[in-house]
Amino acid sequence: MRLVVDLNRCQGYAQCAFLAPDVFAMHGEEALLYDPQADDSRRDEIARAVAACPVQAIFAEGLDGTDGTPAPAQEATREQ
Amino acid sequence: MSSDKYLDQLKREGRIVVVGASLAGLRGAETLRAEGFTGSLTMIGDEPYEPYDRPPLSKQVLLGRATADHTALPRRRAIDAEWRLGVAAAGLDMAARRVRLADGDEVEYDRLLIATGVRARPWPQEDEAELDGVFVLRTRDDAVALERALAQSPRRVLVIGAGFTGSEIASACRERGLSVTVAERGAAPLVGALGGVVGEVAAKMQREAGVDLRTGVMVTALEGDSSGHVRSARLSDGSSVETDVVIVSLGATRNTEWLLGSGLGAGPRGIACDAGCRAFDVRGIVTDDIYVAGDVARSPHALFGYQFLSLEHWGNAVAQAETAAHNMLSESVDRRPHMWVPAFWSSQFGVNIKSVGVPSMGTEILIAQGSREERRFTGVYGYQGRVIGAVTFDQTRWLPFYEQLIETTAPFPPPFPTVDRRPEGNRPLPADFPDPSVPSHGPTVTLSGYSPADRRMTFTPARH
Ligand SMILES: Cc1cc2nc3c(=O)[nH]c(=O)nc-3n(C[C@H](O)[C@H](O)[C@H](O)COP(=O)(O)OP(=O)(O)OC[C@H]3O[C@@H](n4cnc5c(N)ncnc54)[C@H](O)[C@@H]3O)c2cc1C
Ligand code: SF4
Repeated sequence: MRLVVDLNRCQGYAQCAFLAPDVFAMHGEEALLYDPQADDSRRDEIARAVAACPVQAIFAEGLDGTDGTPAPAQEATREQ
Repeated sequence: MSSDKYLDQLKREGRIVVVGASLAGLRGAETLRAEGFTGSLTMIGDEPYEPYDRPPLSKQVLLGRATADHTALPRRRAIDAEWRLGVAAAGLDMAARRVRLADGDEVEYDRLLIATGVRARPWPQEDEAELDGVFVLRTRDDAVALERALAQSPRRVLVIGAGFTGSEIASACRERGLSVTVAERGAAPLVGALGGVVGEVAAKMQREAGVDLRTGVMVTALEGDSSGHVRSARLSDGSSVETDVVIVSLGATRNTEWLLGSGLGAGPRGIACDAGCRAFDVRGIVTDDIYVAGDVARSPHALFGYQFLSLEHWGNAVAQAETAAHNMLSESVDRRPHMWVPAFWSSQFGVNIKSVGVPSMGTEILIAQGSREERRFTGVYGYQGRVIGAVTFDQTRWLPFYEQLIETTAPFPPPFPTVDRRPEGNRPLPADFPDPSVPSHGPTVTLSGYSPADRRMTFTPARH
């Protein structure tokens, strides 16, 4: 599953790293490193990270339903 | 035909061609569809891959956290385009509204978006550049080749040029436990982008991480062995460095050669466009059907005295492409200016470096918060009594505040106290930028004057 983080926007809050530690990791105190093509099995975790990011910096393909196909994680992202 | 009828027709059945299928090209195309464009869309890209993200190439990929083929950009929506990948645009006929491809094909357009970006400036001595073990880092293929070479545990890696990319590469090499020498012509890493006061901190970071940093020197020659593999580099101070891997990180060249002679205002400094992303022709007259976005663009910015800015910034490519696409489909009154405040990030040696505004315009810097010694600070840049830029080292949370000061042209030095002000922040220091006319690896923001038709060269690599 493809994803990209807008690191201009990211404030290094690390919520994503708690919720999906296999995909997002802090590198030093506030630099974020992420896997730009995470395994599909991480989908639910990624959805939680997307929803929890306080500045909405994470964009994962298919999670917000903009591609027209209803995404399984749509509810999760809509909650915020 | 009234112009809104024309726009309706364009939106319904027009032909839009995007040249350059990377970050700006993709986000532009997605915006066109999002704004209701249902006509034909053609994406022309000379790389054989669908759009991918470059920043991870010098970070996650070199750190072994991701592979270069796993960097494809997530799609915001389906763009239903005809993809012409692996073939370059080779010419433009503005009168006939036609793009000529390198394979001889021609593609007609009603609107054209040019997003051909930049490429890595190669080592100027061609025979030396061709030695095995000499790399640049701009593309997916570059990253694959470099990663493979680093995986073979070279005895020493030499990075030529300590701009952002060069410094990130050096950082990744140290994390992999490799010996690294960095040769930089300026007085410190990152001086072109952030000035000497901050460059000094970057230099300390490199040395503490075990980088053999040589500043104020130039690499004068690369030498290979009998099998054509690079073995050593000669430096201008008379020393030499034994090395198996050399990464040339001397900044970028704008991909505008294909427009030579087309009549478009394109040159080594990029393609000039107005605040609405419409390209200028060589006479300085704005076109109505050709738009520009991303690293290849130079556009005037209201916050910076309407000087033309070229920004090699990820966020700029996205924002400018969105604006260009919107304006392409809009009446003149509905068009938007590209007023994005420049912003950039880099992570190296475990530190998150971010900037907003145009630090390199600054003549003074105030360490408004934190301390350089602790690698945790905010530097504010001043120009003619106003705040023009800011940089943070591991203090990103303060950056939006300073961005707001830049947007509101707040006075410099800021006349209010800030939290965590240390003695070093009592008064502004000279920002200590190198003379911009001296060629360097190049800052990531280039100020290029006021003339849209300016095609002068700013840097000519030495030829022998
Ligand atoms: C290693 C690396 C690390 C980076 N790190 C950061 C970072 O940390 N933060 C940040 O803000 N920015 C960073 N950047 C910069 C960022 O990636 C760029 O600003 C961004 O890629 C610009 O997008 P673009 O679409 O304008 O141009 P490019 O991404 O350069 O894309 C232009 C595309 O057009 C193609 N092209 C060129 N000529 C032709 C032609 N004649 N016909 C057809 N196609 C053509 C090119 O091959 C390329 O695919 C980094 C860049 C690199 C290389
Ligand atoms: S949760 Fe958001 S702001 Fe925090 S580190 Fe992750 S991406 Fe950055």
